[in-house]
Amino acid sequence: MIHIFATQWQSLLYGLGQTLLCSIIALFFSLIIGSLFAIFEIMPNKLMRIIGRVYVEIFRNIPLLVITMFFFVVLPLYVTKINGFTAGTIGLTIYTSAFIAETVRSGIQSVDEGQMEGALSNGLSFWQSMRFIVLPQAFKIVIPPLGNQFINLVKNSSVLAFVAGFDLMYQGNMIANDTLQTMPTFFAVGILYLIITMPLSYYMRHLEKKLA
Amino acid sequence: MRKRWRFIGLLSALALLLITMTSCGTKTALSDQDVLQNDIKNNTITWGVKADTKLFGLMNVKNSQVQGFEIDLAKAMTKEILGKNGKAVFVPVTSQTRVPLLRNGNIDAIMATMTINPERAKQVDFTRSYFDAGQAILVKKGSPIHSVKDLNKKGAVVLGVTGSNSVQNIGKFAPKARVLQLSDYAQALTALKSKQGDALTTDNGILYGMSVENPGYVVVGGAFTNEPYGIAVNKGQTKFKNRLNKALTKVEKDGTYNKLLDKWFGHVKGFNYEEMKR
Amino acid sequence: MQNFIDAYSWLNIRYLLQGLWVTVEVSVASIILSYIIGTVLGVIRYAQIKYFSAIVGFVIDLIRNLPLLLIIFFTYFGLPNLGFKPAIIEAAILAMTVFESMMIAEIVRSGIIAVDSGQMEGALSNGLTYWQGLRIILLPQAMKNMIPALVSQFISLVKDTSLATIIVLPEMMYHAQIIYGQNSNYIIPMFIALAVLYFVVCYALSLLSRYFEHRLA
Repeated sequence: MIHIFATQWQSLLYGLGQTLLCSIIALFFSLIIGSLFAIFEIMPNKLMRIIGRVYVEIFRNIPLLVITMFFFVVLPLYVTKINGFTAGTIGLTIYTSAFIAETVRSGIQSVDEGQMEGALSNGLSFWQSMRFIVLPQAFKIVIPPLGNQFINLVKNSSVLAFVAGFDLMYQGNMIANDTLQTMPTFFAVGILYLIITMPLSYYMRHLEKKLA
Repeated sequence: MRKRWRFIGLLSALALLLITMTSCGTKTALSDQDVLQNDIKNNTITWGVKADTKLFGLMNVKNSQVQGFEIDLAKAMTKEILGKNGKAVFVPVTSQTRVPLLRNGNIDAIMATMTINPERAKQVDFTRSYFDAGQAILVKKGSPIHSVKDLNKKGAVVLGVTGSNSVQNIGKFAPKARVLQLSDYAQALTALKSKQGDALTTDNGILYGMSVENPGYVVVGGAFTNEPYGIAVNKGQTKFKNRLNKALTKVEKDGTYNKLLDKWFGHVKGFNYEEMKR
Repeated sequence: MQNFIDAYSWLNIRYLLQGLWVTVEVSVASIILSYIIGTVLGVIRYAQIKYFSAIVGFVIDLIRNLPLLLIIFFTYFGLPNLGFKPAIIEAAILAMTVFESMMIAEIVRSGIIAVDSGQMEGALSNGLTYWQGLRIILLPQAMKNMIPALVSQFISLVKDTSLATIIVLPEMMYHAQIIYGQNSNYIIPMFIALAVLYFVVCYALSLLSRYFEHRLA
């Protein structure tokens, strides 16, 4: 395994970079989109609720690979050409945002309903009371499950390997095939994933303690 | 303080994991056993084969049997080694699982469109070639690309399949082209149709098969490399390897080999299999 | 269009459904096992038992931070080195269970924390032991709040069974690959079929979750 690191560090490092980049972009956008759809799901307007619900149920329940493949092979036929990295990142963002929406929704709903009513009766608008009263409390509750989702996101970024996104898993497959040292290579890849996910999970733990 | 202990614990556990895994990875526990002797005793040879590659090894949806040129060749060789009642068992492998399965003794030999090359020969032993494929390229009809040389320019994108030798060769023949590896042939072809690449490269037999299914796509420029497929066995299984070589010679001499070529490649338009006869 | 008609022949659909059955088998077994193990581990981690909880917590973090794909791979190819040679389906269930237990343990732990700590004090002052308080008072309430997170995890689990194609588990994704291996024009019809079939299974789970959420609310 040390041999793999020593001889293949360039491709592994490049893969690590791509995985990190894709994860950061997807994490940022899926958090925003996810929170937005979570709010849709609990809005008084019935139409918005339905839109939120449909979005979550569709993208949460079909495989990430299918969503990504749609962007990689179907979209270029009719709309515009996008490369594997972009297709994978968009797919990952949409997929994760559905999970985040569900997580945040359950968090908002576990915040006492009286809080929202109180805020509204104090003259705040729906969006203001969401932003200042409900969401901060909800986020505190959902940090651990959200952390699970973030970690899932980093690992799900390996979907890039299916669309030639040059991520860590893609590089791992390539090295394993060139050298036939499958086990040591995958072990090296596992350690590199830990380098991203371990600090992430400790940071979420830290955040949880800080807000508690 | 507690945090630091946690950190130290983490590091030591990682180290422990590392040591166990590396020792697992390098150990070839089964190389001390004689595979040939075991196979003769059990009257069975277990082959690792492709299950998703048309013409070579493809699972039949109807009866869940793997079928293809490699399967028939493996059956013929099994009969040659073990006698008429010898049994050939087929285990589907992928490019990621074939070597670990061989090391763990789940399979005795790999016959899965595996090109013999020096880097791989460090990890496994190969028999002599049982099929002389050559690498070619597939493009859309009317494409300005007529041979691999046309791909040697900035901005050219070549599609390939993970685990095949052909993607490495592109680096030699068209170093300026960018190579994208996809996980199977159907995905690579679909990506070509979506214009994610200018050409699809792999071994000619497989490409001609695709061209038959998709008349809008043609093989151009002919084969530009030799891709000898070999049967891989564990390092140290010299007796087994020699026996396989002998069996291969036998099926070549008695005409079985040529009959199988006719059977599997006779209907593939454009593929010059006659010159591969032995 | 012809491609779609050919791709959806009864033979192919039947083969795909055979794969779906394996997917369901592996999912159900892993969900049941990991739910039990995950709850136990989550409680242990919450309970702050000296050393023991810390070790369990560390193992949970380590495993849940690794890609499931690699865990499946190492289970199937690493265990034989330790003298246990699992069949493909056993290796798949084992790997899924180990991984999902850790994810669920984390959900359970945070679920218990979210329940008001005053409840535990109340239980203790009413003469219940710590473990009784956990089991009778805290866990049932926590479970209610955890349902959305748990079900999200189970939905991930069902789809993650497709990662076991790497060890050639004959589940739905692998069968789809075999079908489009027969004719590469079947690939898009197969991806659509996969989306529909996974959707049906996962949406059923999702409906079940909403039902329980409303009933327990």
